[in-house]
Amino acid sequence: MRTSPPRWADLALIPAVNLLLALLVAGLVVILIGENPLRAVELLVTGSLGSSYGIGFTLYYATTFVFTGLSVAVAYHAGLFNIGSEGQAQLGCLGVTLVCLALDRTHWLLVLPAAILAGAAFGGAWAFLPGWLQAKRGSHVVITTIMFNFIASALIVYLLVNTLKVPGSMSPESRTFEAGAHLPFFHEMLAAIGIRVSRTPLNLSALIALLAAGLAWALIWRSRLGYEMRALGHSEPAAVYAGIDPARIIVIAMVISGALAGLMALNVIMGSQHRFVLDSVGGAGFVGIAVALMGRNHPAGILLAALLFGILYQGGSELAFEMPDISRDMIVVIQALVILFTGALENLTRAPIERLLARRGAG
Amino acid sequence: MDPETLLQLAGSSLRLATPLLLACLAGLWSERAGIFDIGLEGKMLAAAFTAGAFAAVTGSAWLGLLGGIGASLLLGLLHGFASITLRGNQIISGVAINFLASGLTALVGQNWFHQGGLTPQLSGAARFEPITLPFAAALSQVPVLGPVYAGLVSDHNILLYLALAAVPLTWWALHRTRFGLRLRAVGENPAAVDTAGISVTRLRYGAALIAGLLCGIAGAYLSTAMAAGFTREMTAGKGFIALAALVFAKWRPWPALGACLLFGLLEAIGIRYQTITLLGWTVPVQLMQALPYILTVVILAGFVGRAVPPRAGGRPYVKER
Repeated sequence: MRTSPPRWADLALIPAVNLLLALLVAGLVVILIGENPLRAVELLVTGSLGSSYGIGFTLYYATTFVFTGLSVAVAYHAGLFNIGSEGQAQLGCLGVTLVCLALDRTHWLLVLPAAILAGAAFGGAWAFLPGWLQAKRGSHVVITTIMFNFIASALIVYLLVNTLKVPGSMSPESRTFEAGAHLPFFHEMLAAIGIRVSRTPLNLSALIALLAAGLAWALIWRSRLGYEMRALGHSEPAAVYAGIDPARIIVIAMVISGALAGLMALNVIMGSQHRFVLDSVGGAGFVGIAVALMGRNHPAGILLAALLFGILYQGGSELAFEMPDISRDMIVVIQALVILFTGALENLTRAPIERLLARRGAG
Repeated sequence: MDPETLLQLAGSSLRLATPLLLACLAGLWSERAGIFDIGLEGKMLAAAFTAGAFAAVTGSAWLGLLGGIGASLLLGLLHGFASITLRGNQIISGVAINFLASGLTALVGQNWFHQGGLTPQLSGAARFEPITLPFAAALSQVPVLGPVYAGLVSDHNILLYLALAAVPLTWWALHRTRFGLRLRAVGENPAAVDTAGISVTRLRYGAALIAGLLCGIAGAYLSTAMAAGFTREMTAGKGFIALAALVFAKWRPWPALGACLLFGLLEAIGIRYQTITLLGWTVPVQLMQALPYILTVVILAGFVGRAVPPRAGGRPYVKER
């Protein structure tokens, strides 16, 4: 008989072992390149956590990944694999940009609620159709969201080149917003109460990300809708038997997922760049997959995993600076290994650990 | 449009359709056996890099091709190990493979050749050059047939002909051999195949390896036949267009050829004409680029003939409960 492992093993031990394996393989890659992996780790950690400058950037990256990680996780609980967070985030950027362009002569306190609504609405709308097609026509959400990613990037390139671009400018980007559409930076807020830290892009939306994680937790585990989503994710026949309408839940879950992806624009567009550039999302939607997998689709786990990827992104840039042989592409390799070991190869360690624990429990 | 332009456009479509076709058939083999494969892009990219690198180092396009196939087979085995042996999530495995290929090709390329992720420029025997078929010159004076033979049928590299040959071969193997019948059955109802005493695991690994082989040829085509060397991210979403073509073709070999030729034509038009005016409306080039994906969504939506994937696709087979 197969017994399920204790909760702590499922939530902490197995992910930790898998993460360790991923990092070990990454270390092997570093050795093959001819660098010292321990020195690389040291550079990674000091580069990301060794100064208020590093910490600020780390948390800035982590903020984005919290949004996209939550996006993947919410869909996952309803049994849907949303690979489209990337495209939904691009649309979210468009929504936030339009609001900021329209309202940037007012005050950020006025712009923020409108930007939240617009980012969520645009991102959610881009996820609605794949959700609807899955619910009503049975087309697989994985394939449709992949297609929608490409359609989104074509659409955004078109809009940036033809509509949003500053007339006469060569670069495909929107104009820079006036100060009224800038979220306050952390270094500004801390300076106001007398604490001086380095200038970093870390901004108010980091707190919004924390709030979003809390709300996502309440949604998934403390609301009727969340219960229905989880029921559907576990077993569609059982959910139908319990009187849950799968089509409705699928569409709602996808829209919420897309809305969360779209909110990453608050951090990148309104919080830091203050304009919409071609590569604003830059793969953050895909990092969200790794973050959700590592965080086991739990908001608390996602916060930790997002922090880890923030460390990787910031530390990785510093590492590439110190060890030119380890370019930023190493981050992509580590990301792939994390997805591989904590996702696809999860059973590699799960089965032995379960057996081990069962034997100890019996003996 | 004059006949010569038309002929050039057709030839260019054919060349652009080739990597799509090979990757699409790779996906077809894998998915007909019940394994979703969104790692086509990654396998192709890894193969393109390895083929470019091996061809540059050894000076032989054939050794490059072998290397490319080897790299792609390794990733195919990894996908098989994750999704067949460990019964992991096939989508997640595919995503991981795509990132792994994207990161490793750039990282290794930079460390190996120090050219910003490029492999050295290939020339001579390190590339697959166009082959002039017999009688091309002799027939060129014959009206209509001559130019079509010389300009469209002849003068392609061997990998392109190989890709075209793979279509009837795939059809025959899938629909006229015992192996093909069993393979398709594994994609629809693995339990029934298992009951008949045939190993689901072996059939699925076989499919994953065939997919790896075809993706390997597709990648080698990109870096050693179509271009003269590897460039970063040179697959540029072709693996996903191939996936779209697979849906478009409803998982069948001959329609796969049609879908890939159509998508190749769209790409060829997009490259040749920067602006297209249709009924007084200028078609944005981005719309042309997005068209394969839009068409696929329309097909998926089932408004134009429904696309039904193999029934057991994406689900690992558990022998006993």
